[in-house]
Amino acid sequence: MIHFSQVTKRYANGYEALKRVSFTIERGEMAFLTGHSGAGKSTLLKLITLIERSTRGQIIVNNKNLAKLRRSRIPHLRREIGVVFQDHKLLDDRTVFDNVALPLVVAGLGHQDTSRRVRAALDKVGLLGKEKLYPITLSGGEQQRVGIARAVANRPSLLLADEPTGNLDAELSNEIIGLFQHFNQHGVTVLVATHERRHIHRLNKRVLELKNGELIHGGDPQR
Amino acid sequence: MSAYVLRQLQVLVSSLGEFARTPWATILTVGVIGITLALPTLLYILVTNAEQVTSGWHGNAQISLFLNSDTDTERTGAVVARIRDHDKVDQARVITAEQALLEFKQLSGFGRALDMLPDNPLPTSIVVIPHKDAVTPAELQKLVDELTKLPGIDAAQLDMEWVQRFRVILSLASRTIVVLSVLLALAVTFIISNTIRLAVLGRREEIEIIKLIGGTDRFIRRPFLYSGTLQGLLGAIAAVILIVLIVQLLNGPVTVLAKLYDSGFRLIGLTAPEMLGVCAIGGGLGWLASRWSVGRHLAEIQPT
Ligand SMILES: Nc1ncnc2c1ncn2[C@@H]1O[C@H](COP(=O)(O)OP(=O)(O)OP(=O)(O)O)[C@@H](O)[C@H]1O
Ligand SMILES: [Mg+2]
Repeated sequence: MIHFSQVTKRYANGYEALKRVSFTIERGEMAFLTGHSGAGKSTLLKLITLIERSTRGQIIVNNKNLAKLRRSRIPHLRREIGVVFQDHKLLDDRTVFDNVALPLVVAGLGHQDTSRRVRAALDKVGLLGKEKLYPITLSGGEQQRVGIARAVANRPSLLLADEPTGNLDAELSNEIIGLFQHFNQHGVTVLVATHERRHIHRLNKRVLELKNGELIHGGDPQR
Repeated sequence: MSAYVLRQLQVLVSSLGEFARTPWATILTVGVIGITLALPTLLYILVTNAEQVTSGWHGNAQISLFLNSDTDTERTGAVVARIRDHDKVDQARVITAEQALLEFKQLSGFGRALDMLPDNPLPTSIVVIPHKDAVTPAELQKLVDELTKLPGIDAAQLDMEWVQRFRVILSLASRTIVVLSVLLALAVTFIISNTIRLAVLGRREEIEIIKLIGGTDRFIRRPFLYSGTLQGLLGAIAAVILIVLIVQLLNGPVTVLAKLYDSGFRLIGLTAPEMLGVCAIGGGLGWLASRWSVGRHLAEIQPT
């Protein structure tokens, strides 16, 4: 599903955020991406959705070689990947329903299908009664769950989450990780970036660990 | 396909809703565009009307040929006969020096003073009415040149000259309108692209998020294109209304004036196809302006 081979990312200011990173995540797998602050977790996720381009190395996502992907195809790549952002990235002037519907509208889905899928996604995250509310009136945990509902609404085959439990209490954060587990059990490949070791120990899943841009654990063996 | 049409309609309705939510900004923009489009259109109407009026005067062209003072009656007769034979000439009439003097006395009111002159200062002349098919200024000029070469003719005068001058002025005005129209079209483009620029920057966050979740540029552009095209279109409609009102306002005095000259002339306003043309130009400029503006700013907005 995701394959990194000797990937290096150097930002415009010359800083190398990732250094020769190689790993593979199989279809249907769930993995945690961990590491200290500034280790390069967000950078790695941004490379997968082509928010950033790698400087060297090869990245293959869903059988697509990202280096060869034309700019005009980027939206289609992103539609196959659900992303949960650390800062939610919800639209405050739209209702919960409209926020979750956005990826479906963007993909050109019909009105009825959209409505059905939005309700299904909200149901899964336990927010079905709040679809007419605006995001600002929701708690942090609820906003995070709206973000998750939006990420899964279009039934992506890959789900990425960047610190989805960032500033939530232990109970809420367990609940959210539970949601990802649930999607994974239904066949979605999941990659969660987090520095909360608690989940990692609790769930006994595959772990990729970054340190100063180098993958020190869980990577493919160096050739 | 029907889902596509539905989506387009939704965007259209939401654009109109956006206008309704900010009525003052919309009225101001549409008003400015309306006035800007009305200006060259009004000048166009004035020129078309002026052309209309002068085209009626073509047939009345008249050439006066003045004879040498030593040309006697017999030779005058011969010249008149040759002129009448010319295939571009409809009629030719001799006005003898005596007739001319008499007419002048009556018209000028200088009767007594002219009696005191020792002899008649006026020459004999021939008034030539050209054929109806010799109407263009060039053809008339050619005829004048040919007639001037006949024996006994001293000088010729084409009474069309001022009409011709007026037509030159009109064609100059037409050209000015073209230049002015281009400039004002640019102005409309700038106005619309600026409102679109503000709209794009105001929705920067939304655009970023839509890009993040897989929205194509085409999808993001669509509402802005609708908004810009609608602004242009509404501006054009405002311009058409403005012009209809102005033509109505002018038609009263113009009709009175025409009556004084025994003419049934009325101002011709915009025809229906011309109105549609103005709307098409307004909408087209709006589309171009928003396309240009969105394109410029969309590339700048990249999610991070
Ligand atoms: N656009 C950028 N330009 C230059 N340097 C950047 C840019 N984005 C990130 N970096 C640097 O790259 C390094 C890795 O950043 P990244 O955001 O990937 O870390 P992270 O592991 O997600 O950290 P955190 O846990 O704090 O979110 C950091 O040192 C950061 O300063
Ligand atoms: Mg990060």
